[in-house]
Order: sequence, then C-alpha cells, then structure tokens
Amino acid sequence: MSPIHDQSYRHYEGERRPLGRAWTVIAATGMRSLLARKWFLAVLLLAWIMFIVRTVHIYVVTMYPTANQMLPIDARMFMQFVEQQSMFVFFVTVFCGAGLIANDRRANALQIYLSKPLLRMEYIGGKLAILVSFLLFVTLVPALLLLMLQVMFAGNLDFIKANLYVIPAIVLACLMRVTVASCAMLALSSLSKSTRYVAILYTGIIFFTEAMFGVLAVVTGSTRVAWVSISANLENITDVLFRQPHRYDAPVTVSILVLLGLLAVSISVLERRVRGVEIVS
Amino acid sequence: MAEASVSLNKVSVQYGTNAALRDVSVEFPKGAVGLLGPNGAGKSTMLKALLGFVPPRAGRLEVLGLNVAERPLEVRAKLGYMPENDGHIPGMNAVTFVAYCGQLAGLPKADAMQRAHEVLYYVGLGEARYRNVEEYSTGMKQRIKLAQALVHDPELLFLDEPTNGMDPKGRDEMLELIRDLAHNKGVDLILSSHLLPDVEFTCDYVVVLDKGAIATAGSIDQLKGPTGRVFEVRVKGDKDRFIAALSGAGLECHETDEDVMRVFVPGPAGAPGDDQRRICDQAARVGVQVRHLRTSVPTLEDVFARAIGEQ
Repeated sequence: MSPIHDQSYRHYEGERRPLGRAWTVIAATGMRSLLARKWFLAVLLLAWIMFIVRTVHIYVVTMYPTANQMLPIDARMFMQFVEQQSMFVFFVTVFCGAGLIANDRRANALQIYLSKPLLRMEYIGGKLAILVSFLLFVTLVPALLLLMLQVMFAGNLDFIKANLYVIPAIVLACLMRVTVASCAMLALSSLSKSTRYVAILYTGIIFFTEAMFGVLAVVTGSTRVAWVSISANLENITDVLFRQPHRYDAPVTVSILVLLGLLAVSISVLERRVRGVEIVS
Repeated sequence: MAEASVSLNKVSVQYGTNAALRDVSVEFPKGAVGLLGPNGAGKSTMLKALLGFVPPRAGRLEVLGLNVAERPLEVRAKLGYMPENDGHIPGMNAVTFVAYCGQLAGLPKADAMQRAHEVLYYVGLGEARYRNVEEYSTGMKQRIKLAQALVHDPELLFLDEPTNGMDPKGRDEMLELIRDLAHNKGVDLILSSHLLPDVEFTCDYVVVLDKGAIATAGSIDQLKGPTGRVFEVRVKGDKDRFIAALSGAGLECHETDEDVMRVFVPGPAGAPGDDQRRICDQAARVGVQVRHLRTSVPTLEDVFARAIGEQ
C-alpha cells in the first residue's frame, strides 16, 4: 500500500541556519526582486555606456599614442569617469532605494521581519546591501575594470606604477559616493510609506542644496560655501583623493565633517524609525 | 501549575506618560492560554514586550526559560507571531512570502519552500498560494499571517486577535485550526482576544488583563467552577433599581447583549429553590415583574465580567 502524503501540520526536523545571517536572505531576495524588473535592468545597462566610451578612448590612445595629447589617460580621466557615474548613482539610488523601507512600512512588514530571529541592524544591513551592491556595480566595478583594461591594452604596468594612488582614490571616491547615497536614501525611505514621496524628497534635497550653493556663491562671490551642497562636498574630497587642483575654496575638512554629519543623522533616523512597533506620542 | 512557557515578573511598560502594563507578574502554562481583556487592556503590549519590540521600564520577561532582554534572537527563533494588523512583504505571492519568512527564521531555502506549501495547505490557502498577497481578502490575510507564523515550526505561538474581520464561517475555521494546533499538534500558544467565545473554544487556561494589570488568571474550568450559581433573568420594570437591589443583597448581576441579565449567586448552594426565591424577593421589593428565570451554566463571560468588575 502506498503511503498517503499528510497535508496536515507537521513538525520540522531539518537543520536551521545559525542566527545572524538573515541579512543575507534580505539582501539576496531584494536583489532578485529588483533584477526581475526590466526597467531597472535598463537603468543598470545604461550606466555602463560611459564605460564603453572610456574603453574606446583608452584603446585609441594606447594604439595611437599621439591621441594622448588631446585625450590624455591620467588620474584626471579616472576622476572624471567616477564623477560622470554620479548621475547613475542618483538614478539607481532613486529607483532602487526609495521603496526599500517605505514599501515595508506601507505593508506593515516591519513587525513581520522583526518578529523573526533577526536584529534591527540585520534588517538595515540587508536593505543597505541591496543598494550598495547595485551602486558599486555602476561605480567601483566599471572604474576598476577600466584600470585593468588600460593595463591590458598597454601591455605593461607603467601607468599604474606612475599613478599608484589612483587605485585607492578610485576605491575611496566610489565608496564615499555609495555610502552617502545609500545611507541618506535608506533614512529617507524609513520616514515615509510612499515610495514616490521618498524619491521626490531625495531629489529635492540633492537639487536644493546644489541650488542653494549656486545662489550663495553668486551672492558672496566665493565658493567657500560649497559645503552646503552634498555634490560639491563629494567633489571637494574627490579632488584631494585624485590629487587634482581644488575646484572650491571650501576647506576639505569641512566637507568631510558635513558628510560625516549627514551619515550620523541618517543612522540616527534609521535607529528611531526601524522598530517592530510604532509609538505615537 | 504546569511548567510555564512564559513568565512576567513585576513588568511595567510605559508609552510616554501612559502606563500600558503596571507591575504585572504572571505565568502562562504550556498548552493553549487565552489572554483576555477589553480593548486597551495591554494585551498586544504584553505580546510585543515578550517579542522584544517594546522594552519594559521595569521587570523581567522570560519565554521558554530564556530572558527576553538578554537573548532576544533565541527567543524569537522559538516563537511564531501572528500580528493583529495586516502585514505582508510587498510584491510577493503567498508561497514566496511564507517561504521567505521561513528563510528569515533560519530554514534552508529548499526546506522553507516545502514548509511554505505544507502550511499554506494546512491553513486552507493551498489553492490560492500563487496569488499575490495584496489581492487577498481579509479572511485570507488572517490565514496567511498564521501560515507565516507557523512556517518555521515554532515552539510557542503568539496570536493577536486572530479572528479580527473574519466572516462567521472563516472565524469558525480559524478557531478550529487554532484548537487543532494546541490540542492535536502539540503547539503551545497564547491567544490574545477580546472575544470570550474564541478563548473559551480554543484555550484551557486564561489570563484576564484590565487597565494594564492582571484581573484574574486560572484554568477556565476552575474559574467557571462551582463557587456559585448563575441564573438568566428577564424582568419588566425598573431594571436599574432591580440591579441595585440585587447588588445590595450580595448578588452579582450583569446585562448581556439581549435583554436577559445574568445573575451570579455566590457561596455554597442552599435548599432547592432558595436562590430563585432570593432573586424573586428582590424583584418584589423594588416592584418589578420577573418574566423569565432559568438556571444557567457559568461561562467565561461571567468570569470576565466578575474579574473586571463590570455590572
């Protein structure tokens, strides 16, 4: 007689993962869910267009060294590439990040997540990992690949040897952009239940601080007030990392402090907003 | 009392200036325990404090022998929680959602998916398991909340108002499921509800909360026990005077949804007919007619009404 499958409730006797790894489940599921959207894939692919353009640039200059005078391959070129990718950092942050916590808040999912054996830090870490991974995919990965292509096309390590600081500069400049964008967006996402509102808020903050800097620069006739703009602060620090002349008069230490302050505020907001129960005073 | 699954020792929880739990000390035995109380009594707060969502201002909470403050992850690994409010992960169908919850609770991916199918069949959503959770009706949402709480096979279930918003048939089915889990499947549970029949049907033990404090606790049989008799009474005349007269004579009386009152006569039983005579004497004294007088069986409603002092 063949056994009949019991569709009633059965106890589970299999293995269980050690505690503390739930963030990997959140990150993997979140990434899969985003990659299943065609428009998001399109944004990711678009973000690699500049990489293709720069690859052609490096190839042409390597094959025809005279072109190096017009389109030099130097630290500045890599800095420009990282800054050009900032536009895609913005788009990926808005498309991928706005709903990360806001959607969970809208669906009351936080109480489901936090009733499982995971800490609030794990939840935030999992969500952060989704955004950070995609942002690194459009910044650090193509920038380092470009450097590798330069070595491959040139067939030697002369450029790397002469500009050894470019590698840490690329890594730090990308990590700085990714960290600031991810933390700020995640904090904003925890403030609302509406993805659209979060996206508008983030866009508003980026453009408002930029516009404010523009107005203040005209009024004061100086760029010492560049610290009011998030983008200008990133550029100010990037100049130092790539050993380029400063674009702004604002001290770099002030830019670093402003960005650290922004990170501290973001972490504080996340700490307050990501809770299993919402207490309304 | 049997071994406790949950214990609270002098626990106080405060929301701003409002005390949600006041110096609560109580033990929940293993098995099915009802957490009864009117809205705002502190039932959900107690469950949330046990999950570690709300830190207590004072006191110690233990779940399955583990201190909630010191080992929250281990506590939650052994718990299943069905929240009162709707909750789901956006953009997922039922089976993906439940499997995801299983993975979050530590099950390997393949096992989580298999368990998800099983528990969805068990809660009656087998045919609807590939539908998006956002399209579910209220009753189905209640069932999927139970499924996500069960998927990792918890040792203890917290069910917060599990029949909220369900139609009568769905409610009966949900109560049958809860009863089956507790009595046939060996899952300990705490059922928080303001609905007395739900608790009476599914639980063996009850803790009654009122205004953040324990009003009474004990096995349902014991609380309903024969320390008095209950009568159903319907009268014509000044009901308030009659109730006052009964109270003056040491009889407890509370009104039900219908026009029938339930009169509790405390103390040991006297000669046959003595209790009925006492009630009729009070009716005659205040000039009301007794139209209906029948012996009744003590219900949890009587226990509840006595415990929180409702008249």
